[in-house]
Amino acid sequence: MSQSDKDSGLFDNPAVVTWILRVFYVLCAGLVIADFIVHRHIYNDLEKIPAFYALYGFVACVILVFVAKWLRHLLMRDENYYEAPLDAADASSSSTHNDKEHH
Amino acid sequence: MGIANLPPFVVFFVFALLAPLLQGKSRVLLILAPVLGALNLFFNGADSTGMTWEVAGMSLSLYQVDRLSMLFGYLFHLAAFIALIYSVHVKDTIQQVTGLLYAGSAVGAVFAGDLLSVFMFWELLAITSAFLIWARRTPEAIRAANRYVIIQVLSGVLMLSGTIMLYQQTGSLALTAIGLDDSAASWMIFIALGIKCGFPFLHTWLTDAYPLATPTGTLYLSAFTTKVAVYLLARLFPGEELLIYIGAAMTCFPIFYAVIENDLRKVLAYSLINQLGFMVCGIGIGTALALNGAVAHAFNDVIFKGLLFMSMGAVLTRVGHVNGSDLGGLYKTMPRTTLFCLVGAASISAFPLFSGFVSKSMVMAALLEQDQTIVWLMLLFASAGVFHHAGIKIPFFAFFAHDSGLRPKEAPVNMQIAMGLSAVLCIVIGVNPQWLYAMLPWQIDYTPYDVTHVLTQLQILFFSALAFVWLNKQGLYPPELRSVNLDVEWFYRRPLPAAGRWTVARLTGLRDGLSGLFHGIVGQFEGRARPMPTGTVTILTRRMAYVFIALMLLALASLTV
Repeated sequence: MSQSDKDSGLFDNPAVVTWILRVFYVLCAGLVIADFIVHRHIYNDLEKIPAFYALYGFVACVILVFVAKWLRHLLMRDENYYEAPLDAADASSSSTHNDKEHH
Repeated sequence: MGIANLPPFVVFFVFALLAPLLQGKSRVLLILAPVLGALNLFFNGADSTGMTWEVAGMSLSLYQVDRLSMLFGYLFHLAAFIALIYSVHVKDTIQQVTGLLYAGSAVGAVFAGDLLSVFMFWELLAITSAFLIWARRTPEAIRAANRYVIIQVLSGVLMLSGTIMLYQQTGSLALTAIGLDDSAASWMIFIALGIKCGFPFLHTWLTDAYPLATPTGTLYLSAFTTKVAVYLLARLFPGEELLIYIGAAMTCFPIFYAVIENDLRKVLAYSLINQLGFMVCGIGIGTALALNGAVAHAFNDVIFKGLLFMSMGAVLTRVGHVNGSDLGGLYKTMPRTTLFCLVGAASISAFPLFSGFVSKSMVMAALLEQDQTIVWLMLLFASAGVFHHAGIKIPFFAFFAHDSGLRPKEAPVNMQIAMGLSAVLCIVIGVNPQWLYAMLPWQIDYTPYDVTHVLTQLQILFFSALAFVWLNKQGLYPPELRSVNLDVEWFYRRPLPAAGRWTVARLTGLRDGLSGLFHGIVGQFEGRARPMPTGTVTILTRRMAYVFIALMLLALASLTV
């Protein structure tokens, strides 16, 4: 990791990120292709679906995020919903002296 | 040899007594507590004839050794060792002392040989751990610790009531499989364990308090309380079918919260419940493979969840908060913490060659063996989800994502050593699981690394990551927002106090009304007792005359009828 230039790290470079993603996409494709080449043990009928785990992983995460976003409408409240900071001093102290460990 | 029969918790308690005497650099000596304890356990544990304690005619067993208690015993010594290194720089004696007492109580609970001794350590766990939350000393943390301690003690009360009822019914305090039947005793003990294990609807003490403890406190908390509950579930309720469904629910519901939660330590707290779900599910299945999977996963979880909490604790120590909305780009100045966090993330996501893989796959394989298709699909969903929030979201939003402009220093050296040690363990166990398997309590023959396992697991993980990349690119990923999300805690933080205040207000109203009436009556008499001014006497005389006339008129009227 680029320690020398602390203001623009390795991952701030769009070219690097693009390359990482390309490698990642190739690996994803490789895993699906491997599914057709490698002999898999089947324990369950669902597993007979080609690339079942890949599909399931992708769909599960998309559903997870959409449901979670919808839950936000239902569950999200203001940061101080339960208890507003007792006063301004408390609010600032909770972020600065969050830890007595350094006294 | 005397030391062979010394209950292992004693070592921790002795060092807790010494802790206030050690100042400055000599505090490092506290690390000797788990080292000496573990050496004693290793050389003498198996030879121990145990130790009993006579109380009121009952014989309580404080030191009972078998493979299950030994596994958890070693685990807790290891966890305490890592936590003590991580907290060497802490100058707060309260945390040092209660951390040691807490670890000692956990060790005491796993070597306790009867229900009453377990109860004793159960309560000690509750009280000592609460101090690690109070020690943060912010108003929020103090209030959370108060709520935490109430719920923990409630669990203890249920445990004690169940134990007493069970003793009355069976005359035994033995720590053997109870199983759920129609007796209230078994249910009370079950729910007491359920509270500490974070069963759905009983879990909010965990997500409420863990993110508010001190950085080192949360590390201790994540290691002990819930794992003692898992240990006891494996002892008292193995193969209890209900646990399969409770465990499956525990794996699934927290991940929705984890996706939208902003406080990254709270994300980890939800993730902790998710991992406990795999263990509870394994205990519910009850086969040797499943039970081994459950306890092996408990072992690994203490290390990798601890590692993730440590990395977030390091960020908290350096930055002052762990809100995903205000972090990002920290890899530039905290590269080692970033690396350790990534190892923890890979382990919890069950990447091949990391520790989570070799234990989680046992539970999954056991589910397939039992033809539990629906539950298996739920756990598969949770596996994808855990990678999504703990594997990607935590490292991504803390260390990468957009540059927050924060340039904190790398974590203190002792924190780095503790994280490095955990990271090495995650990889060593992942690469060479035979060492862990050799310690497991039940005899099985299991190989995690075959082509099918590795391929299917990699597919799940890579395509979960692909979903994350795609959602982010499309702008569909929910942004990190400063907020709280309602959970079951709403019931005891909103309506319950409101109902309490309403009742108190009504009762005080009634009391004030009654005392007003009382004072009025007393006042009348007091008024009479004082010598009255002449004007008052005249008025009173006139009133008496009116009353007299009215009475006379009434009397006349009654005569005429």
